[in-house]
Amino acid sequence: MRISVFWYCLKQGIKNICRNIWFSLASIATISACVFLFCLFFSIITNIQFMIKNMESTVGITVLFEEGLSETDILALGAAIGGRSEVKEMVYVSPQEAWESFRTDYFAGHEDLAEGFAQDNPLAGSASYEIHLYDIASQDQLVAYLQGLEGVRQVNYSNTIAAGFAGFNRMVGILSLVITGVLLLVAMFLIGNTISVTAAFRKQESQIMRLIGATNYMIRAPFLVEGLLIGLIGAGIPLAGIYVLYTRSISYLAERFQILSGILMFLPMEAIFPSMLVVAMCLGVGIGFFGSFFTIRKYLRV
Amino acid sequence: MIEIVDVSKTYGTGNRALRDVNITIGDGEFVFIMGRSGSGKTTLLRLLIKEEEPTSGDVIVNDIMLQKMRRRHIPRYRRTLGIVFQDFRLLNDRNVFENVAFAQRVVGVPLRTIRESVPEMLKLVGLSSKYKAMPQHLSGGEQQRVAIARALINQPEVLLADEPTGNLDHQNAVEIMKLLLDINQMGTTVVVVTHSQEIVEQIGGRVITMDRGRVISDEIKNRSGHED
Repeated sequence: MRISVFWYCLKQGIKNICRNIWFSLASIATISACVFLFCLFFSIITNIQFMIKNMESTVGITVLFEEGLSETDILALGAAIGGRSEVKEMVYVSPQEAWESFRTDYFAGHEDLAEGFAQDNPLAGSASYEIHLYDIASQDQLVAYLQGLEGVRQVNYSNTIAAGFAGFNRMVGILSLVITGVLLLVAMFLIGNTISVTAAFRKQESQIMRLIGATNYMIRAPFLVEGLLIGLIGAGIPLAGIYVLYTRSISYLAERFQILSGILMFLPMEAIFPSMLVVAMCLGVGIGFFGSFFTIRKYLRV
Repeated sequence: MIEIVDVSKTYGTGNRALRDVNITIGDGEFVFIMGRSGSGKTTLLRLLIKEEEPTSGDVIVNDIMLQKMRRRHIPRYRRTLGIVFQDFRLLNDRNVFENVAFAQRVVGVPLRTIRESVPEMLKLVGLSSKYKAMPQHLSGGEQQRVAIARALINQPEVLLADEPTGNLDHQNAVEIMKLLLDINQMGTTVVVVTHSQEIVEQIGGRVITMDRGRVISDEIKNRSGHED
């Protein structure tokens, strides 16, 4: 494509937008709403997934065994548990290690008080396994298995948080798909309307172009440029908005809810913005391009 | 060369616009196609610019049979034609220069060439001083000159004019016809569709007369209107 043809199409595309400024603004607003909601859900889902991943590595299941069970039996049970597909890693904590850890945590600075237990480990029956999972969603399944094992006294796990996060993430995912889908259709319809109005305005020009010997591509190009520009602006505005909103929200939540900092760990904007930018731009430009492409094929006989 | 061989055209409504028309126009000729409204002359023009397809017969332009032409080759074919309309069809949001340049821009002519060729073309049609004027500020004759400049800017082999003087007063009409004759003198084949007996008699030359879709006469008339 010649550079002069490129500039001509770009100029005509901008002119088209200005000519139907209200229709163009309506299309931009709808695409913006669509992309904004998409970005919002994208941020939420990405962060929840990040939190769940964190939980999978930090939150684990602790299995305690009945007193009197020999270490050999416990290790045999451990081997059975370790063979499960849900288990990512498993650490055996012997009674001695449990006591050492307890003593370090709770008798710090008062070691003399623990001396009385030197020959008599109070946690003699507290051998345990700390289990970490590949996917926290499979926690319930593994817990049920562990509780069913003979010799298992207690299974400690964080039921509510894991289940809540996984469920919430699924719900947000479905909701975002539905809302983004509906808005996408509305945006396509509106952009189609905008392009058909422009096509009506430019009907004579298109006819002249056709008779002069302009190719179909040349006749359609300004309309496609118009759609592309509307899509580009429609994606750019919400991306800028989300960038500011996200950055401020993260610092606000971090300050306001310090107590939940262990659970509410957010990804920095730099970590999610590149992928969000690419997907949102594709979405906006895609709506603009295909909306105008199909409309112009329908309304402009060339 | 333009050859129209046994061409008939019937529209979907059943209207028979052309019936067994046979016309041959040589390179560099100046031809009037005359007839009343509904005689089929505009349909003939539409066949030549491949806006319509004949129901039967062949339309051959410069050895190309138009019915066999592929869709993607139509734009390139149309660039060998210049077309002028009764209602000028100028773009009112662009000035004279831009209207003429438009024909070159949309076929991808480089800007440098456009900057050289448009002033030359405006000089040819006598509108050099009005290159910045908007079409709505020009007289009918001047607007038609702009339309002719636009039709000629890509140096077509054939100029087709559909009632080019239909919206003009007598004096402007004569001037436009003189301009078309000058263009013909430079080697371009010119086909003028008109219903104006007065203009045809004043200019003279080859006149093909049509009536109800048929060619009823094909004759050379001198300026006074008498047959040679």
